[in-house]
Amino acid sequence: MIDFLNSIIVLLNFIIIPGISYGSQLALGALGVTFVYAILRFANFAHGEIMSFGAMITILFTWFFQSQNIGLGILPTALLALPIGIIATIILCIISDKFVFQYYRYQKSVPVVLAMVSIGVMFVINAIIRIIIGTETIKFSDGQKFIMKAKQFKVMTGLNEGLALKSSQVITILITILLLTFTFWFLQKTKTGKSMRAFSDNEDLALLSGINPDRVVFTTWIIVGVLACVAGTLYGLDKSYKPIIYLNLVLPIFASAIVGGIGSPFGAVVGGYVIAFSEIMVTYAYKKFFVYLLPSSIEPTGLVQLLSTDYKFAVSFSILVIVLLIRPSGIFKGKVL
Amino acid sequence: MMKFERYELLAITIMISLFIFVGFIQGWSVSLVILNMCIISAIMTMGVNISWGYAGVINFGVMGFLAMGGLAAVLVSYPPITESWQVGGRGLGISFALLVVLVIAVMYINKTVIQKRNRYILNSLIIFFGILIIRHFYLNATHNIEDVNPAIAGFLGGLGLPIIFSWIVGGLFAAGVAFVIGKVALGLRSDYLAIVTLGISEIVVSVLKHEEWLSRGVKNVIGLKRPVPYEIDLQNADWFINLVTYLNSSKLNNIIDLSDRQQVLNNLIIDGSGIFVKLSYAILFLIVMLIIFYFANKAQLSPWGRMMRAIRDNETAANAMGKDVVKQHLIIFVIGAAIVGVAGAMLVTLDGLFTPSGYRPLRFTFIIWIMVIVGGSGNNLGAIFGGFVIWFSWIEAAPLTTFIINQLTVGLEPTNALKLHLLDSVPYFRYLFMGLILLLILRYRPKGIIPEKVRHS
Repeated sequence: MIDFLNSIIVLLNFIIIPGISYGSQLALGALGVTFVYAILRFANFAHGEIMSFGAMITILFTWFFQSQNIGLGILPTALLALPIGIIATIILCIISDKFVFQYYRYQKSVPVVLAMVSIGVMFVINAIIRIIIGTETIKFSDGQKFIMKAKQFKVMTGLNEGLALKSSQVITILITILLLTFTFWFLQKTKTGKSMRAFSDNEDLALLSGINPDRVVFTTWIIVGVLACVAGTLYGLDKSYKPIIYLNLVLPIFASAIVGGIGSPFGAVVGGYVIAFSEIMVTYAYKKFFVYLLPSSIEPTGLVQLLSTDYKFAVSFSILVIVLLIRPSGIFKGKVL
Repeated sequence: MMKFERYELLAITIMISLFIFVGFIQGWSVSLVILNMCIISAIMTMGVNISWGYAGVINFGVMGFLAMGGLAAVLVSYPPITESWQVGGRGLGISFALLVVLVIAVMYINKTVIQKRNRYILNSLIIFFGILIIRHFYLNATHNIEDVNPAIAGFLGGLGLPIIFSWIVGGLFAAGVAFVIGKVALGLRSDYLAIVTLGISEIVVSVLKHEEWLSRGVKNVIGLKRPVPYEIDLQNADWFINLVTYLNSSKLNNIIDLSDRQQVLNNLIIDGSGIFVKLSYAILFLIVMLIIFYFANKAQLSPWGRMMRAIRDNETAANAMGKDVVKQHLIIFVIGAAIVGVAGAMLVTLDGLFTPSGYRPLRFTFIIWIMVIVGGSGNNLGAIFGGFVIWFSWIEAAPLTTFIINQLTVGLEPTNALKLHLLDSVPYFRYLFMGLILLLILRYRPKGIIPEKVRHS
């Protein structure tokens, strides 16, 4: 019985909790990509850099607050700087729309052209970030690092295995729940949200019924800015901030959005968790888990690892390819908010 | 016979004069280094341009195909490591044979079992257990191979042939990978296809990075043999010394002191050998580029090229005319990838080393795409021009930025924090330039600098 509990704790500690927090970050990112895809109808390659930009602004203001000795006690100071980061990200989104994307929208360009344009935007934002903050790895989480340390847990329960709970993980999960609830409430209940859904469903009909497209697009960019900045900051808070990482993060984010059914917000969230869990589950070495669970005579000798951790990114893409082959429209049929 | 328009001639003139300009300002060695990379970039760009410009098939997997070309260079030119083959060859052979059996079994099931659910269950069972068995042999073999003298070997090595053969093999490797990708993904909508090819190229690179028995992984393969002479051999070769003496005879004759003269000659020989090596590379690359350019143009003007344009402009109509769109898409995707693979092999040949961790999408996929868009998709000369111009500005962005920053901050003291920070981040300004160039071209000249010619025939 104790062994069984221990094995469960191993799973919780190394798969489920990291999976949920990484999945939340991917889900928020994928939700942003989905919004752009459903309303503006293109694959936004710049999304990773927008996330990175939000995180950067948050870091800059975190440093400012830290230097002024303003803090939140046990909570990371970054939470205080987050609203400023969000505002800056929204401004960035709206500026990039006004100066770049709007023109092609009015021209009714094909989605591929817009995707190319977003690559240009990606380069520009990428350069701005590197010029401002460099390419170093930055750790900016402060406050209390752990809510529960592995040792505390062991003492508390008397089990062999510890369960560590980082505060950044808990914050990630809480903020994600909050933000997702708000987004879905907004889409379902408010007038603007409904008009956005109508617009993504059928643009012409929406225009005919008097929905102002510019307003819809404006709201979309606001939502995208909030989601991107929060996702980027949470990822940086959890793992440490590194500008180069966000370009690599775009790929799993796209994978999440497509796996869930691109254009469907609910699908994006589910896709985020699917990708995160499969990345972690396929590359985790299950030896410890089986040692507890199986009698010692048939204990595994190897690591019991399906793929080495080096293939993390490859996993998310293999899943993407498999899903596209078996069910091209994604888990939840997409295209409509 | 192809005729050049006036603006095309202008473009060619600009390209040539840029190199001459750099040659006089920064030295011929620098100019030739840039020229070599420009030619390779131009070949990559032509590869992408063939699939995107001719047929509208998007290929964001450039990085993966380049890496396959690089792998070919290693596998063709590196001397074989017999010890590795002895300890791991059999195991690898067995696992490869089992893999073939597995694939055949899956194909057989797909053909015979009609019911969809049964097919999925059977397939996943067979694949799962098959992989378990293969893994057993495979991991043993690779482990043994990687243990063979890990500091300098630790992989299978290659065939020990001249590296120049790898240019063709690289094309074939890339074509093989492209065929698999195309079979899987080409039915997708263009933006999905972009993401999927980008992802698969990432998978290819991560395989090369971590399968050390094959490519030595992150430990890199160094010291690949060159197709051109080494500097040190040239410096001792009589004919080369005579050549340098002859070319610089007027300059040398002016120096009266004999030891001074020898000193100057030695310097000239050292400089000259570097330039000679780069020049021979440039000539080799130029030959390849011109061959590909010739055939690409020929193909574009042929009925096949016309069909490709028809497919690009209206898939449905082309389909209705009885053209097999799926098959043609696959063909053009494979051809484009093969050309990129050739460029990948050439790239590794030029560097003389293979570093799988150096393949990054920003540098090897997106920049190539900027070259295609800026040059003009659908026009081969445009592709070459794009490759030249973008690579040139990618390299020359740093000195230019330093110059601009120094001019702008001329009023500030040299220890000013802002000035120092800006000068520190000079390498990042090139990304800004690339992004701005792409955005400006897409806005004001969406068909590229040298647009596709509209043919009325």
